[in-house]
Amino acid sequence: MVSIKINGNLYNVPADYTILKAAEENGIDIPTLCYEEGLTITGACRMCVVEVKGARKLLAACATPVTDGMEVQTESERVVSARRDILRLLIANHDLRCLTCERNGDCRLQDYCYRYQVEDTPYKGAKKEYPIDTDNHFFIRDYSKCIKCGKCVLICAEVNGAHVYDFMERGFDTKVTSAFDDNLQETTCTACGMCVNVCPVGALVEKSVLWQGRPWEVKKVTTTCGYCGVGCQLKLKVKDDRIIGVAAAKSGSNLGHLCAKGQFGWEYVQSNDRLTDPLIKRNGVFEKVSWDEALTYVANRLKAIWQEHGGQAFAGLTSAKCTNEENYLFQKFMRTILKTNNVDHCARL
Amino acid sequence: MKGILVCGGTGCISNNSRLVHDAIEKELSQQGLEAEFELKYTGCHGFCEMGPLVLITPEEEFYCRVKPEDVPNLIDSLKQGKVYEELLYVDPTTKEKIKTRHDVPFYQKQQRLVLKNCGIIDPENIDDYINSGGYKSLHKVLTTMQPEEVIQEIKASGLRGRGGGGFPTGIKWEFARKSTADKKYIICNADEGDPGAFMDRSISEGDPHAVLEGMLIGGYAIGAWEGYIYIRAEYPLAVKRLSIAIEQAEAKGYLGQNILGSDFSFSIKIKQGAGAFVCGEETALMESIQGNRGMPRPRPPYPAVKGLWDRPTNINNVETFANVPVIIGMGSEQYSQIGTEKSKGTKIFALTGKLNNTGLAEVPMGITLREIVFDIGGGISGGKKFKAVQIGGPSGGCLTEEHLDLPIDYDSLLEAGAMMGSGGLVVMDESTCMVELARFFLSFTRHESCGKCTPCREGNTRLLEILQRIVDGKGEKEDLERLQSLGENIIMSSICGLGQTAPNPILSTLKFFRHEYELHVEKKICPAGVCKGMISYKIIEEKCKACGICKKNCPVEAIAGEKKQPHKIDPAKCAQCGVCMEKCPFEAIIRG
Amino acid sequence: MNELLNTEVIFLIGANTTEAHPVTGYRIKQAVRNGRKLIVADPRKIELAKYADIWLRQRPGTDIALINGLAHVILRDDLWDRKFVADRSEGFDEWREIVEQYNPKRVEQITGVKAELLEEAARMFGQAERASIVYAMGITQHISGTQNVLSLANLAILTGNVGKEGAGVYPLRGQNNVQGACDMGGLPNYYPGYQLVESEESREKFAKFWGVELPEKVGLTVTDMMDAAYAGEIKAMYIMGENPVLSDPDANHVIEALKNLDFLVVQDIFMTETAELAEVVLPGASFAEKTGTFTNTERRIQRVRQAISLRGNSKPDSEIIVALANKMGHAWSYPRGPVEIMEEIARCTPSYAGISFDRLETRGIQWPCPSPDHPGTPFLHKDTFTRGKGKFHAVHYMPAAEEPDEEYPLLLTTGRNLYQFHTGSMSRRSKLERMRPEELMMIHPNTAREYKLKDKDYVQVESRRGEVQTKIQVTDHIPPGMVFLTFHYKETPTNRLTINATDPVSNIPELKICGVRIKKIKPSLISK
Repeated sequence: MVSIKINGNLYNVPADYTILKAAEENGIDIPTLCYEEGLTITGACRMCVVEVKGARKLLAACATPVTDGMEVQTESERVVSARRDILRLLIANHDLRCLTCERNGDCRLQDYCYRYQVEDTPYKGAKKEYPIDTDNHFFIRDYSKCIKCGKCVLICAEVNGAHVYDFMERGFDTKVTSAFDDNLQETTCTACGMCVNVCPVGALVEKSVLWQGRPWEVKKVTTTCGYCGVGCQLKLKVKDDRIIGVAAAKSGSNLGHLCAKGQFGWEYVQSNDRLTDPLIKRNGVFEKVSWDEALTYVANRLKAIWQEHGGQAFAGLTSAKCTNEENYLFQKFMRTILKTNNVDHCARL
Repeated sequence: MKGILVCGGTGCISNNSRLVHDAIEKELSQQGLEAEFELKYTGCHGFCEMGPLVLITPEEEFYCRVKPEDVPNLIDSLKQGKVYEELLYVDPTTKEKIKTRHDVPFYQKQQRLVLKNCGIIDPENIDDYINSGGYKSLHKVLTTMQPEEVIQEIKASGLRGRGGGGFPTGIKWEFARKSTADKKYIICNADEGDPGAFMDRSISEGDPHAVLEGMLIGGYAIGAWEGYIYIRAEYPLAVKRLSIAIEQAEAKGYLGQNILGSDFSFSIKIKQGAGAFVCGEETALMESIQGNRGMPRPRPPYPAVKGLWDRPTNINNVETFANVPVIIGMGSEQYSQIGTEKSKGTKIFALTGKLNNTGLAEVPMGITLREIVFDIGGGISGGKKFKAVQIGGPSGGCLTEEHLDLPIDYDSLLEAGAMMGSGGLVVMDESTCMVELARFFLSFTRHESCGKCTPCREGNTRLLEILQRIVDGKGEKEDLERLQSLGENIIMSSICGLGQTAPNPILSTLKFFRHEYELHVEKKICPAGVCKGMISYKIIEEKCKACGICKKNCPVEAIAGEKKQPHKIDPAKCAQCGVCMEKCPFEAIIRG
Repeated sequence: MNELLNTEVIFLIGANTTEAHPVTGYRIKQAVRNGRKLIVADPRKIELAKYADIWLRQRPGTDIALINGLAHVILRDDLWDRKFVADRSEGFDEWREIVEQYNPKRVEQITGVKAELLEEAARMFGQAERASIVYAMGITQHISGTQNVLSLANLAILTGNVGKEGAGVYPLRGQNNVQGACDMGGLPNYYPGYQLVESEESREKFAKFWGVELPEKVGLTVTDMMDAAYAGEIKAMYIMGENPVLSDPDANHVIEALKNLDFLVVQDIFMTETAELAEVVLPGASFAEKTGTFTNTERRIQRVRQAISLRGNSKPDSEIIVALANKMGHAWSYPRGPVEIMEEIARCTPSYAGISFDRLETRGIQWPCPSPDHPGTPFLHKDTFTRGKGKFHAVHYMPAAEEPDEEYPLLLTTGRNLYQFHTGSMSRRSKLERMRPEELMMIHPNTAREYKLKDKDYVQVESRRGEVQTKIQVTDHIPPGMVFLTFHYKETPTNRLTINATDPVSNIPELKICGVRIKKIKPSLISK
């Protein structure tokens, strides 16, 4: 443990902490754009710069380890001046059509401009503008809004391992893109969408949410993915009783990471193919019936067979896709009502 | 036996020194003089503008601008034991012919420790190096010193990094020594990127073994057995000579397993960089060696803890490593007599700009700017007035007349708002516009920004845009304040040395030449008459004889006028080239 | 799962993690990137084979020989954990006798893995302080599936890689709630919490708890059920959320069996291939329309929350079961819904005793969680094994039920791809379909040349049990003489080909190996 002073207050924190982590744990909010827990710390955006006593330059809180006796100012005049300039520089080279941006209201750049009262930029000049890339099936890439935080590059390389993105050109011309600027379909992209999830602005946006609702109108319901056994935690984005997209949740062991299925495989839920009514097959054709009719019909058939053959004539398949509660009830139904242990599911498949 | 030493540095080679060498070789063989003269190529003498240079040993006769056709007469003189007067250096002030190199004013105030072999030995022959005392320091270190003692010696010498930052080399080595890992690395930074600076190239070309010897001693000191030389691919000759040196050192057992019979083993690989300025920054350099895009990493962790391939790494530049055998050779005590209190030894400067003598000069720390500019540099060319010196490369700062008597060392320069940098020194005279100068340097750093961090990537572009606006005559009143505050914020918040210094030329010119900026912005006047956006040409009606010469010579057809009528310049069309004024026989055209 | 980041060596066998469990695949890649060692054993050149320090390309169905071979070298080179074996295991000597027969040369003959490579892998695994074993259906879907798993357990016990952080054996479950369905007693021989049907004590306990008499006889497994239905012994089936027509081996047999029933009721969210055969179809709810819990592959019980309202007149599956129970004359009542059902589960399932919805609100809990103040159990067998001491099971290699032969010369193995899931009823109704809209049977270039096939040609694949048509992908992803199909596409119902030979203990079908033959066909012959 080391003791450090942040904004005049003394804190004891573990020696392997960064300034950012020490501040965060003690309720002091330092703005960040490029920092993402679990990814390599690049210190690129410089939003988190702080003033450390004795240092000639401002230091990036995300990348600087604490040292014993360190004295940090997180909102000093010098710090605020630097942050304001960084924001002014970012918005000087940013598509400012915030009115219709899907991230309006859910945008770090916007939030920090508000926090530091950056209404406009004095730096009017060249602006990098790119056509919006809509080529892949799942999300758009609007690089006129990209702030080059590099999180998409890192999560793709370090978590997925697909290495789809990197920086191209240098200096002011720097751009995030795929190898040879290829359409994502022709790259190693596995459509996991993690890049979309880490984008702090509106540069990467799921196609399914486009024009579907403002962020504050969208309800996010945290739940467990319905595909494989990893059990990733995700948030269903719901607007007007419809799912419009998925965001990764960090509460599970997936740590905010998802695969193509969890991220983009949800549309079946709202498919027109969904069964909406009980059906009874009569003369080889399914007919819609009421629940009462269907359940009475089933109960009568089961009772009749039970009376004739007993419990051993029944078998039931419960489901690896259903909830624990449903599985519990199903086996209880088979065992206590149909009196058979012939209950299984596709655990082995 | 006399030696005929033909300079084989890049500067002299591009002035055809190879033809001179071949002509001498031919002449010697025709005259059957091979046994009397030993002909060889050497490295650079630093006085490149006088090249091709030929040095005769042991007398140190110094012949300048030798052409192949001079060779027969030169050999004739030498054969007769006479000096060939026609090719001697002529002192521009006294018009006196100077016979030997050390009497040439350019060399008089130099103290050539690191460059002592440059121009003297054949860099492609390891025996030449050994015969002039080479690898003695390595031998001494391996046979009589513990690694800790080596570090102690370097610390005691007061050697500081010659690449820019000026960090004490011994302390850096000590950090790397104290880091534990399965493997450590030594990197020699030969990615010399400052425009105009070529001392690292000269050392690598002229005395490559000194670099290897320094790296070997460094490797022994920190406990590394692998070294990299990261060098720009634009230095093919240096790459070639270093490669030859490595091969020869391996053959002689100075590199490889159990060097000189000790337990110490060391190998060196050359990695060629693609020429990005930012790859001279140590963490970006290591990324580049690892095959990644050259972008700096945050520090800490410092390379001494986590460097190349995440192993402890010590990185110094060429000139620093070349100092190491010198220090071990003469001992730290003697070495630390040279220089100032906190800056020991010598520094090589690359003199360019409006000087009579340009080239490389190695001088003791603490020498004054005046001595460099007026004694070594021979003063301002064309009899113009000294205005300023840009020191420390494109991200250094400028010094003015008031600094001429400042003893130059790391700290005095920082204090004056400049920096040592790699030792680039550009001299400006009164015809230089300081705003345009700042714009020029900014256009370089902006172009070389890697694009990783916001302040450098976006900020330098905005600084350049503001400067461009000012030199175009479209500056706004708020621009000076914008330059100042944005410049300061870029320095404060950028991730690496490139961004942290890029605004220096602006801030120092703003400080020392604020008036020039104000004239540009408020009055739209460029006092040096350089900024095209400020210049307009006018024909004085009374003086115009309607001769039509200006009209004929104008490349953009901006001048109109009938016969016998005074002509007129259309400012909308005028490209401010100044040809009209030059051509007017009646001095009827003025610049405003 | 995240513990894989802290292990020294990962031994991955029979698991194509980056496609079937992608987020676990990320962890393995991250571990490798952080300098951890990876040994992959797989006949297929799976993506992680590229990340592996050592890739062992064993012949399909020779896992036991391979694993015994690893153990052999670890014993021979004295890299085993003597203390752990002495303190915490039994059956060592008997097992050792067997393993000694698996010298690297012999293993090479059986598996095709070079002896030196096997030795290198054994040393890498044996020398690690903390090593983990990850496996999935490539290990289990064999007639020797149980034996395969036991031999991996032997390896873990031998090296003491059990019950400590950053070490252990990680089986990967295929579906989101396989673990939960097993935990809840969705098995013919277990009540909830793996309480044995055969045990009189637990039967009495549940009879009392549920207030009814319970059948004594252990039930039938899926494959046995199908056989019994085929034989007319099973008269009625209730299938909830399963699609055996596509997912189970020997699909033609499954279809015949289901058609032979007097009554079939299927409860699902889509009209699946199985539902088509039903007399009554009941519309259930998807995970987005109901509340409850799923239990993941690391035994973590996590919340499922309703995000949107029910589609049409569909109902959550729990409500349907309750309603049906009532129609059957049993007064079931859970007015507070799944919360209340979980309370009942907690009362009768010791490993879930401490679970409640409240506790799961912010994050999941790993069972065993025996009381409301218990934090859950991240890794099992810490101080003792469930059965007391870890048992070495002496297992011998045995060949697959149906190896390729002259008539059916190619070896068919089956599995999954990244963009589809199981029988495709979910993933094929999403945009993922555009990534992989059709089956692409993988075939090695040499094999393709033998049959004069090029990439994207169409073939008919035949086994002793049926035939399917598919497009092919020529790739060295699989070795010569082998073909690979998924079971995602109803247009290419791969399980018409597979064999329903099963493991005698677990009843897992041998989906990974059967013999097939192929012939080139014109695309127009593809039956839609």
